[in-house]
Amino acid sequence: MSDAAATTAPIVKPKISRDDWIMRIAMMLIAVYLLVGIAFPLYALLAKSFQNADGQFVGLANYITYLTTPALSWSIGNSFKVTLIATVIVMFIAFIYAYALTRSCMPAKSLFKGIALVPILMPSLLPAISLVFFFGNQGIIKEWLFGAELYGPIGIVMGEVFYVFPHVMTIMLISMSLSDARLYEASEVLGASKIKTFFTVTLPSMRYGLVSAFFVAFTLIITDFGVPKVVGGQYNVLATDVYKQVVGRHDFQMGAVVSMALLIPAAFAFIADRIVQRKQVALLSARAVPFQPKPNPMFDRIMLAFCSLVGFIILSVLAMAAFSSVVKFWPYNLSLTTKHYNFQLMDGGGWDSYFNSIELAAWTAVFGTAIVFFGAFLVEKSRGFQHGRTAMQALCMVPMAVPGLVLGLAYVFFFNHPDNPLGFLYHTMPILVICTITHFYTVAHLSAVTALKQMDPEFEAVSQSLKAPFYKTFWRVTVPVCTPAVLDISMYLFVNAMTTVSAVVFLYSSDTTLASVAVLNMDDAGDQSPAAAMGMMIVCTAAGVRLLHMILTRGIQSRTQAWRKR
Amino acid sequence: MNAGFSKFLKSATFGVAALGLFAATPAKAVDLTVYTAVEADELAGFKKAFESDNPGITINWIRDSTGIVTSKLMAEKDNPQADVVWGLAATSLMLLGNEGYFQGYAPKGLDKIEKKFYDTVNSAPQWVGQRAWIASVCYNTVEGKKNNLPIPTDWKDLTKPVYKGHVIMPNPNSSGTGFLDVSSWIQMMGEDDAWKYMDALHENISRYTHSGSAPCKLAARGETPIGVSFAYRGAKSKSEGAPLEVVAPSPGVGWDLEAFAIVHNTKKLDAAKKLADWSVSEKAMEMYNESYAVVSMVGKSKPVENFPAGIEGKMIQNDFAWAAKNRIRILDEWRKRYDSKSDPK
Repeated sequence: MSDAAATTAPIVKPKISRDDWIMRIAMMLIAVYLLVGIAFPLYALLAKSFQNADGQFVGLANYITYLTTPALSWSIGNSFKVTLIATVIVMFIAFIYAYALTRSCMPAKSLFKGIALVPILMPSLLPAISLVFFFGNQGIIKEWLFGAELYGPIGIVMGEVFYVFPHVMTIMLISMSLSDARLYEASEVLGASKIKTFFTVTLPSMRYGLVSAFFVAFTLIITDFGVPKVVGGQYNVLATDVYKQVVGRHDFQMGAVVSMALLIPAAFAFIADRIVQRKQVALLSARAVPFQPKPNPMFDRIMLAFCSLVGFIILSVLAMAAFSSVVKFWPYNLSLTTKHYNFQLMDGGGWDSYFNSIELAAWTAVFGTAIVFFGAFLVEKSRGFQHGRTAMQALCMVPMAVPGLVLGLAYVFFFNHPDNPLGFLYHTMPILVICTITHFYTVAHLSAVTALKQMDPEFEAVSQSLKAPFYKTFWRVTVPVCTPAVLDISMYLFVNAMTTVSAVVFLYSSDTTLASVAVLNMDDAGDQSPAAAMGMMIVCTAAGVRLLHMILTRGIQSRTQAWRKR
Repeated sequence: MNAGFSKFLKSATFGVAALGLFAATPAKAVDLTVYTAVEADELAGFKKAFESDNPGITINWIRDSTGIVTSKLMAEKDNPQADVVWGLAATSLMLLGNEGYFQGYAPKGLDKIEKKFYDTVNSAPQWVGQRAWIASVCYNTVEGKKNNLPIPTDWKDLTKPVYKGHVIMPNPNSSGTGFLDVSSWIQMMGEDDAWKYMDALHENISRYTHSGSAPCKLAARGETPIGVSFAYRGAKSKSEGAPLEVVAPSPGVGWDLEAFAIVHNTKKLDAAKKLADWSVSEKAMEMYNESYAVVSMVGKSKPVENFPAGIEGKMIQNDFAWAAKNRIRILDEWRKRYDSKSDPK
């Protein structure tokens, strides 16, 4: 059919080859996935913001109610305030940390790189427990807050900084490692001071990395619900408002309105991010030479001290969480015990949940990586079909701006609709996998695109002129070249699937209970220590997989990445 | 998703249902999907007991907190997945019942159930209570002593200046326990006095939590000396070694029920009815009574360790219908008065 269509159409532009058709069909398949995974479900939920409780269209009535109810609209200001403060703080810390990793000759760099990623491995409950043990009313160092209260903006800012630090640090690291050594050489030859070089070469060259780190941090923080729920006290933010509307009052209409409010700043962030990213590409030259730092004892020592401090804080949060999992009864009986690790006695399915979580994480990693990477390849490397590609790129950006709670509920409305032919997926493992892939799609997609952008488009041009079909190029050239990125994406998906709660809480069934949900439920039932114990199991598993991943990357890198070395 | 497809799906569903009817005649295993908010550590025991009494029926629990389960049920309204909802707040069941979610059924042995503990509005009750979930105050003896706080015995005590900044309660807009407190105060004191009371109480509250069990958990760990929560949570924490005193303040305490209901149009009606019958049996009541002091069967409630003494006598005359009707109005008023502050105190 496609061939017929191609031949009967009046040919003005170059004839669309068979290869192009396969590419377009492949792109359509990915697009269908994105439509089913994100666009349709979101529509099913967000449309409710224009309806009343009986499903009749009421225009903007809900929005007017929202804006005229001070208890609700106040949250917009609150959200922006804490999000901005936390974003600025985390940017500052992450910048110096990444700077130390790329521009100094301090020792143990790979160790510090590893420590910086620890927060990703922890289910959100663990840092929350740690914060309370440190700074709560019984906290061991609560004096450090000078009498201020943890529960409120202070707690939210501390928790969010910890939570987004690895994401921001990673982006900064990438953008700093892209600097061109030739510019530094030129600056040195021209006799510029260190400080002048920093402001005229370093900062401008990573301007775009900074902007994109800012927006990622901003979006992640403003949509996060875990931290404000535990340590937010009475300080209302948008994400907790969604919870109150949906879970407390069962008011889906108003919940949808608040979700829309949450989408708007996130959407702005992404549009700006896209504009900036586009310029970044043009800046990168294929002839750039990687920067090699030179030893400078004083500077290296300061950097080491800074990283040690940050690393120490991260590890103490982890250590406190580990402590909470073996303490008998905080704060009145501090003797130690391992009984909290006896999950079969606990609720939530105990070990079954744990293995279900591993299964979910494995499927998510395998299918997610395949879909995300192939999708990114098509968006980035295919020819023509510009509108389709732009639309797909936009779709890929949406998931990050959607709070998990909203995504999960949207899935219930969409997949459980009586007329949906996909209804059979409801309450199964596949729907959990689809939901989790979608939830974490954006960041994975962005990493894939970054990796693909580094590849010279000449490859495609050459293979095309040799009449090799694109899928052969993809399989024989693109995938091997991008192996490190592919492994990174699968790692990212695996770890997040292990720790995710907010979306899947509406979708699991009795055979697919999950460890991360069990952690939350145990804590809800007052079993804080067993919850922390299960949380630590998740951390250990994720860390184990990470270690495996490191060994694997090293082996593969030595075999496939030798060409990167000069 | 056009009409034709809809029709096809409907006839397919009908076909499957018809098959189900035929298949039900011989003793074939039936899987009952049961949504519940009962604490997970109790569920395994209930499942085992029911299944051994009713061979051939298997319970598949889908458990989460009251708020999540209720939201999930509402979101599934057009295509319900549950066969039975079991151990969910009666207030939630009433909300869902108003949408036509349930079908009435009078389980065998209903005559032994206290009248105020099941739906008497409909001739065949849509929901039947299992056990009561009663408001209480958790008082941490260690922290209380440290701050020289007397044990509160009356709700009015909590407004005394000595308690300023030492009391935590759930936000009624996110927690059912929070709502039953507010609704009970209004029912006991009358609307005007209750709001005046809450105005005064608000001055002493250090913060409102999202979950109803949190205030007592926080009291158990000394994060606050006093948490307004419910008796079961307090008794459980105390048994685990928390230095708590669980108090049912005068003049009375609000309550809700863990109750069950059969979902309208379930394909497994017979099995669902069996679960309903079993749920009001003496055996089930005895199991409920292991952790909750007040069960719905007349004269069956035995005191449970660490529950406040005489708590059954303190339970107010709870008008569920009134509470359900005025819920949104009360929540809005509450939000306007106490949730509009941008900064914590």
